[in-house]
Amino acid sequence: MSATDVLQVEHLTMRFGGLVAIQDLSFRARHGDITALIGPNGAGKTTVFNCITGFYKPTEGRIALHHGDPAMWDELGALTDSSLRKRVRADGGLFLLERMPDYLVTKDARVARTFQNIRLFKGMTVLENLLVSQHNPLMRASGLTVLGILGFGVYRHAENRATEKAIQWLEKINLIDRADDPAGDLPYGDQRRLEIARAMCTDPVLLCLDEPAAGLNPRESGELSELLLSIRQETKTSILLIEHDMSVVMEISDHVVVLDYGVKISEGTSAEIRDDPNVIAAYLGVEQDEVESVITEPVS
Amino acid sequence: MTLQASAPKTGVNVARAIRDATIAGLIAFGILLPLIGFETVQNMRNELALETRPWLLAIFVGLVVLASLFISFVVRPWNQHRRAVRPAGASLKGAALRAAFAKWFTPFALGVAVFYPVLVIWITGFSGAVKWIDNFGIQILIYVMLGWGLNIVVGLAGLLDLGYVAFYAVGAYSYALLAKTFGLSFWILLPLAGILSAFWGVLLGFPVLRLRGDYLAIVTLAFGEIIRLVLINWVDVTSGYAGISSIPRPTFFGIPFTANEDGFAAVFGLEFTPLYRTIFLYYVILALALLTAFVTVRLRRLPIGRAWEALREDEIACRSLGINTTNTKLTAFGIGALFGGFAGSFFAARQGFISPESFTFTESAMILSIVVLGGMGSQIGVAIAALAMIGGTEMLRELDFLKQIFGAGFDPTQYRMLLFGLAMVLIMIWKPRGLISTREPTAFLKERKTVAAKFVEEGRG
Repeated sequence: MSATDVLQVEHLTMRFGGLVAIQDLSFRARHGDITALIGPNGAGKTTVFNCITGFYKPTEGRIALHHGDPAMWDELGALTDSSLRKRVRADGGLFLLERMPDYLVTKDARVARTFQNIRLFKGMTVLENLLVSQHNPLMRASGLTVLGILGFGVYRHAENRATEKAIQWLEKINLIDRADDPAGDLPYGDQRRLEIARAMCTDPVLLCLDEPAAGLNPRESGELSELLLSIRQETKTSILLIEHDMSVVMEISDHVVVLDYGVKISEGTSAEIRDDPNVIAAYLGVEQDEVESVITEPVS
Repeated sequence: MTLQASAPKTGVNVARAIRDATIAGLIAFGILLPLIGFETVQNMRNELALETRPWLLAIFVGLVVLASLFISFVVRPWNQHRRAVRPAGASLKGAALRAAFAKWFTPFALGVAVFYPVLVIWITGFSGAVKWIDNFGIQILIYVMLGWGLNIVVGLAGLLDLGYVAFYAVGAYSYALLAKTFGLSFWILLPLAGILSAFWGVLLGFPVLRLRGDYLAIVTLAFGEIIRLVLINWVDVTSGYAGISSIPRPTFFGIPFTANEDGFAAVFGLEFTPLYRTIFLYYVILALALLTAFVTVRLRRLPIGRAWEALREDEIACRSLGINTTNTKLTAFGIGALFGGFAGSFFAARQGFISPESFTFTESAMILSIVVLGGMGSQIGVAIAALAMIGGTEMLRELDFLKQIFGAGFDPTQYRMLLFGLAMVLIMIWKPRGLISTREPTAFLKERKTVAAKFVEEGRG
């Protein structure tokens, strides 16, 4: 079962002083799946994201990420007992994300993320945004800047490759005509797609999207769903997504995890979730045994 | 209909003009009464006495009232008229002009900078040229270089640094002390002083990495003061306030600029004049400044430069893209300090004498205002701002003819800070983001479009 997981979150707890934001949360995201994390406002979804991507250090728990050879999962216990944060081999890697600082989560473990409130580099052009996200390979090619300053060809080739990759993504998200415009000049929906493309330019194995459909109209949400499905299909990237737009969640998710007050209340396929009385109760804000009466009650 | 109603009226509102002039006059009276209305003089018995100058006060207030009326009756109607009759093609023509300016300005400015000593000698002859090359050329270029160096930290990386003069001081003292103690040459010590400065830049970087915005500014300010106080109080090494004198001057690849027979003039069979050293120093600082510009332009197109600008735009997004923001900030501090150190060691070599007086907070403020006035991140803007501010203050020394108008006691250089502040206020009204506030993208697919200032973040540390 665990052989095909990309991410295992176990007993994750996050406390801010006296406030318990996440309580003993465990879930798994399978390789190549689109896993959705849903729940009412304030349920702790973004906190989970911030723990996975290294922006918060969890109070307790283990967050393990893996790519490559599935057999590496067997080494998880040994890695946890050691004081190391990762075990990398030619055919794969195993990472303990809770031990890594935020930028290494992206650089080494290859987890990319987007933000609830879009965080593009608004004063830089669309193309530059996609080049900044390829910082680490370009930095290596520029010989930590030294070769680049001296004008070696190595860096120019690397930059051309990076530009080509950016062009591919711009064609995919239909923004190729606006490549030379500042990112802040794009309409909202385009900015959302650009942020996803920027995250994808880091070559992630796991893409974490924080409410990608927020503020989009139904047509744009539809396009977003298609984009995410095609990303999954073409790049084999696993996707973890927080979303309030249930049409998107139900349409594309393979697996749904429901959070409420920092606790996992349900898990399963979208069809299972839709009919789970626990979930309905959480979203309506009532106890489980009152759900029937709330639903059947005529609206006065 | 409402559109027509809200269109600006092109007449002159007399009542409003008079009201504005009255208010301006009253404010001027209130401010100038203590400043101009009273004068302290020594009377016959050597006592301090207060004299009133009602007429001078009246003249100044009258000037302010007249200026206000001038604005109401001439400037404002003219502006409205211009706005009303502006033809549709005007903005297009303006854009073409601006494009031509952008294309030709840099080569032109470079040409002027390279041939400046020749021009000066041609105009003023050998005897008058030293002043113009040294006080104007070299002095301005030092500040251009400092501005470009600080531009990396403030303009590109968006880290507000109020203590940049510290690195200038480290460079200057490194050169002075090492040259005097070990007798090493200028060309060996120049990179060494730069590296030492960069080391201090990184050292400062470490504790302030966690700080942002105002807090960062305060700590860098404190760092600048610490360096200055150490220079004052560590008398054994720096000889404190007395400073370090007779610092070895740079040589022309081993040939000194002296009057004896192995000096530059004798070796090349020329008549001795101090001008040769000045011209040589001019080209050294020009080369150093151009090196700064070249490296900055190159760095902006490299991942490290893009990471600096991305850091200015959004630090959290940078971290989410796998960029090590700690290292990125440290390199910005380090490379900025490196150029400050170069400029400092050049300064020490040129002056032959340095003391902590040369590295006060005023210098930091001056360099920072050059960067802010020029437009953060813009090379050309910073150069223009340095030219205007340093050249302008030097120009004040040349205004001796004003003594004939205001009397022999009048010293125009005393009004330096007043004019400086006035220029600052005017620029901030006219161009709040600096002379050149647009951003040149570092990469493009089809067309290089400048990014409008409204999209560019200023950085909050």
